[in-house]
Amino acid sequence: MHDIRDLEKELKRRYGADGIQSNRDDLAFTAVKPHAVGDALAYLRDHWRYVHLDFITCVDLIEEGRLELVYMLRNHDAKHDLGVKTRIDRNRPVMESLHGHWAAVATYQRELREMFGIDFPGCPRVDEDFALEGWDEMPPMRRDFDTRAYSERTYFPRPGRTTSDPAEHMRTKQYPGRADL
Amino acid sequence: MTTKDREKYPVHVGGTEPFDLESGRYMKVWQGPQHPGITGNMSLELITSGDEVVDLKTHVGYLHRGFEKLMERRKWIQNFPLVCRICVPEPDFNEYLYAAAVEELSGLTVPERANWLRAMNLEMARLTSYLMWLGGQAGAFGMGTIGQWTVTMRDFMLDLFEELSGGRIYHMYIVPGGVRGDVPQGWFDRVWSTLTTVESVLDDVELVLFNNAVFKKRAGGLGVIDPDMVDRFGITGPNARAAGVRRDLRIDRPYLVYDELDFSIVTGDGLGVESDAYGRTKCRVAEMRQSIDLIRQMMDRMPEGPVHEAPPNVLHWKIPPGETYLSAECTRGEYGYYVVSDGSDKPRRIYVRGPSYTHAVALLEHMGPGTNIADTAGLMVSLHTYPPEIER
Amino acid sequence: MSETKHANTLANLDLPEGERRYFCDARPEAVEPVKGIWEKFLNWARANSLWILGFGTGCGAIELRPLMTSRFDMYRFGVQPRPTPRQSGLFIIGGYASVKTMKRIVRSYEQMQGPKFVLGLGSCTVNGGMYWDSYNTVNRLDHYIPVDVYIAGCMPRPEALLAGIKTLQKRILSGEAEGQNEYARNFDWYKANQKSIIKDWNMPDYNW
Repeated sequence: MHDIRDLEKELKRRYGADGIQSNRDDLAFTAVKPHAVGDALAYLRDHWRYVHLDFITCVDLIEEGRLELVYMLRNHDAKHDLGVKTRIDRNRPVMESLHGHWAAVATYQRELREMFGIDFPGCPRVDEDFALEGWDEMPPMRRDFDTRAYSERTYFPRPGRTTSDPAEHMRTKQYPGRADL
Repeated sequence: MTTKDREKYPVHVGGTEPFDLESGRYMKVWQGPQHPGITGNMSLELITSGDEVVDLKTHVGYLHRGFEKLMERRKWIQNFPLVCRICVPEPDFNEYLYAAAVEELSGLTVPERANWLRAMNLEMARLTSYLMWLGGQAGAFGMGTIGQWTVTMRDFMLDLFEELSGGRIYHMYIVPGGVRGDVPQGWFDRVWSTLTTVESVLDDVELVLFNNAVFKKRAGGLGVIDPDMVDRFGITGPNARAAGVRRDLRIDRPYLVYDELDFSIVTGDGLGVESDAYGRTKCRVAEMRQSIDLIRQMMDRMPEGPVHEAPPNVLHWKIPPGETYLSAECTRGEYGYYVVSDGSDKPRRIYVRGPSYTHAVALLEHMGPGTNIADTAGLMVSLHTYPPEIER
Repeated sequence: MSETKHANTLANLDLPEGERRYFCDARPEAVEPVKGIWEKFLNWARANSLWILGFGTGCGAIELRPLMTSRFDMYRFGVQPRPTPRQSGLFIIGGYASVKTMKRIVRSYEQMQGPKFVLGLGSCTVNGGMYWDSYNTVNRLDHYIPVDVYIAGCMPRPEALLAGIKTLQKRILSGEAEGQNEYARNFDWYKANQKSIIKDWNMPDYNW
């Protein structure tokens, strides 16, 4: 009923996916180009029973200059999770809005807009604040946003904290002379 | 994307017209951020026509601490005290999923007794979270006594947790490699006697709650979930099971020791209830009894042995690059951790998937219109809304 | 109709022009304690009838619920939760305060009628706690509203909360719990701190 090799062939043929990499027997990842994501997700949902959307998230690949979106789908019958990945440009992050596929997609897209700065044109309420109110800095989940520096200059830190590295603290203060710490 | 570009893509309004607030027929009311029965803060922007809610928009973010950003700044082991604070009533699921993800990426194995202790911890956490929820569900309809009973029972369970791990709320008991320590002397006997007390209180609660005319009338027909809504909205957990969809991650995709235990799925049609707030409450109480039974089974069958396999020096622990997604059946539904490692001593990206993300935003906005304004709190609690996992 | 304005009124610049007349523009005033035995009596009454605002602002709210049960029973100390700030005298800030919640905390605190006190529950109110480097939580609560007693812990047991309430009662009885007057005297400093983090201030300057 559910053969991962057949699925791999179909995704390659229809959407140019670059194969399926399996981490475990019930988890696999594949990658497609951004313009093919909407069709690939609809195909997986309607023809291969990946009916459940687990989540949509993003990983900031700052060293490549791209943002990697991950759409995780779940097939309850075959007990299989498939993560569909795509990479978009980090400097002009725009992605097609898929809020018609599942009802929760709009929420995930709103969060990604706020946290990573990815625009999803047409998504309902995407311009509104989601979790942060009146935020005017860069999107906070990007790798180049320094949260500690922001916290120190915005919220008055209470003096007294010297280090947050437990290894250094143990080596210098608690167990001096131990080379293995 | 400028405003001019945006005019090319009209905003999807979901088929509802905007309401004319100047006409005097509608009133905008903000409900929140504090709701009776919900542990957590979120706002509902309601547009009401008299007593009836005609539109509902959710506003979250009151409890946003930026967990995922904080986790990227700390070493792998430093994240353990942090992850349990994402979910306050049942922190153990966070600890377990993070530990399991780290173990999978690093190749660490866990002794068998540790797996049993972990599963027992998870079931006890499930029970304590349900006890709190039950107080909230009854309290949302004005029955405060039930909350007094169940929260006291939850306190007795928290005493057990405190004896086991040192903390009432945040245990930090599940660590990479197993659990932090073995159970104290005589702890199992105390668990047994506490479970007996909890069961007798559950009998009282069932008698008082399910035969109460007010509860039957107010919770009956509130928030009906059809089976075809389940996949469209991504509903998991008791919300879906009360609608008749037979899905439980502990049975479908067993993790820890659930494949060795003897239990079956609790569904709405199995109990003979409708898929409304009343039915969901009945399902959850049945799952509480199921948890008690599972804890007893685990205590009977727990093997002896070590409880922890030490990882390498955790202060300089580099996890090999890779990614994984693990999910567990928490009280509210499917709870998941997506962990990405790039080979350094700090995580690259951790994403926490909470069930309330779908239940309390998209589903609530769909089910809100048509309810009485007095019942919105009851509706939110019956979906087991938990805002902190929406914005983490 | 001309309106007499005090020299010390607030501008309320963040409200739309047409709405300013609906809101209070007077500053909070410090209420000096009455002298002698009458103040002692008032302090005794205040200490034994601390009604808390039922607003669970963070993690700490989970340990407020057991207090209402018979095991820990805060009602015997005269403490009961009230739904509106107008009827409460004690605001328990349970744990961390995100920026969004801080706006509501400020609004609720200013709406409370005096004499009012604040209890900082948990380590997050002391120095930011677990989330000290977070971009959305405040590190020092007493820079935004005056705090009378801190209860350290993460999180504190209900007994620790009761001990904190007893400490606050002792402070009230001895006349040291003057957070409200401190707020009125240093109003500009507190307001500047609040406005520096709450960027979308669409409320009056003093939410009375």
